[in-house]
Amino acid sequence: MNQSEIHNRLSKLFPSAGLVLEEIQPEPVCRIPREQLVEVSALLRDDPSLHFDCLMCLSAVEKGPELHTVYHLYSIRHHHRFTLRCIVAKEDAVMPSVSTIWPTAEWHEREAYDMMGIQFSGHPDHRRILCADDWEGHPLRKDYKSPESFHDIPLTNIFPPDLPL
Amino acid sequence: MSDSLELNLSTGHAPDLVRSALADVEDIHGERMSLQMGPQHPATHGVLRLELETDGEMVVKATPHIGYLHRCFEKIAENMTWPQIIPYVDRLDYCASMNNALGFVLGCEKLFGIEVSERVQTIRVLVAEMNRVASHLVAVGTYGLDIGAWTPFLFLFQEREHLLDLFDELSGGRLLYNYIWIGGLAHDVPDGWLPKVRDFLKYMEPKIGELNTLLSFNKIFTERTGKVAVLPADLAIQYGVTGPNLRGSGVKWDIRKAEPYSGYETYDFEIPVGTGEFGIVGDCFDRYMVRVREMEQSLLIMKQAVERLEKLERDDVQAAIPKSFSKVPVGEIYFRTETPKGELGFYIVSDGKGKPNRLKCRAPSFTALSVLSRLAPGLLIADIVALVGSIDIVLGEVDR
Repeated sequence: MNQSEIHNRLSKLFPSAGLVLEEIQPEPVCRIPREQLVEVSALLRDDPSLHFDCLMCLSAVEKGPELHTVYHLYSIRHHHRFTLRCIVAKEDAVMPSVSTIWPTAEWHEREAYDMMGIQFSGHPDHRRILCADDWEGHPLRKDYKSPESFHDIPLTNIFPPDLPL
Repeated sequence: MSDSLELNLSTGHAPDLVRSALADVEDIHGERMSLQMGPQHPATHGVLRLELETDGEMVVKATPHIGYLHRCFEKIAENMTWPQIIPYVDRLDYCASMNNALGFVLGCEKLFGIEVSERVQTIRVLVAEMNRVASHLVAVGTYGLDIGAWTPFLFLFQEREHLLDLFDELSGGRLLYNYIWIGGLAHDVPDGWLPKVRDFLKYMEPKIGELNTLLSFNKIFTERTGKVAVLPADLAIQYGVTGPNLRGSGVKWDIRKAEPYSGYETYDFEIPVGTGEFGIVGDCFDRYMVRVREMEQSLLIMKQAVERLEKLERDDVQAAIPKSFSKVPVGEIYFRTETPKGELGFYIVSDGKGKPNRLKCRAPSFTALSVLSRLAPGLLIADIVALVGSIDIVLGEVDR
């Protein structure tokens, strides 16, 4: 099935969900409200004609005042793919975790939290993954400023300006 | 206090350090012990720390701690122009730079609508397969080393040296090449290089048989790896495990066949899968053996690519490179390729400017490592070494 067929099937099963297919080049993306995400994801995985058993990638993207979480799905059995996008405001950056549906999301969600500051409710192990546990801020935010030092280790101007070369 | 604990204290190595480390562990029920494996442990293949909770020799719980090599590649990429990102992409999986660059470049080309010539595609396939062989030689060699086989490691690194010399002549770099560019290549292959690749193919073909005699079907090796740390196919798919690790679990799935790129559909090759020769499908031996068989297939692809290149006329390999990258099409794409470690995906978001708005790298080693805490319980500490080696992670890619 191609993306619009999958979208049609989903819209039939969830008429109230408000699934919008955005025509983005080169592949369309389906926008989904976060309240419906877990339910729709479970269906995407379990429906025999969809059977999305692989969560290829989970990415967090900052777009102005919004944070997007993008789910790239793939079905090994049917060789088709689908993309979900969930948008939340920065002040309310809480997403439901899909790690119960695709366990691989566990680490991807930890990364999205660490790098972009999106909280995932229902996550079994909600910690930072790449940065140190006591790191401050979320580095991939556009307004992120690198700290001057970390635990008294200088991070900027490591070399004094008058260093002989 | 368990026996192994006393042993540590009686060796006399910094007993204060050992005691203070133990003071942090509250949950020792007589026999339980917390053990830090890494970040400098040689069998972790880089700076990976495994926090093991052990009951005697048995591992009860394993928690991987990553991030020691984190350099925020994705943030760096947002501040680089499109072609400037390629050297950073090379450094993700430093054992297979060509494959990494190929994935990123193909994603950009699809997003920007760039078509490259047949010669460029064929050279790309050739160098990608050469690098796959080089990467698997490291994986297989160091795996033997982890298990205790020292000699095969030396032999395999010797073979790899021939490949690195070829890359050196091609691009000027032994490990990191910056050879594959968006829209083409840095330059065509040098004169007299293709015959050297042919010589290498002739030289390498019998070596895999030697490797099998020396290591693969060695009784000690098969005993150490067969039936150990079995990864069932469904668990592998749930955890996003891809590449040789997934094929080791018996799933015949390869992006080069499922979603061909760079003309892979025109090459004749097989996808080896794990068969449970020395135990159960999906054990450490299967993951290892898939890599050995993949090397044979890669040599076949290389041979076909060389034959094609000898027939193809030389053309300008930089012909399709855009004059400027300051304005590019708006859009977003998730593009994935099959690297030696598995599915390397790039989620590229372009807002039409000279730099990406967002570049997310989905690293195969990252997802493969996430399944470790599910496989580890019940294994012996020595088998953890066998498990970590068999999933062939490169920490440069895990931590990005």
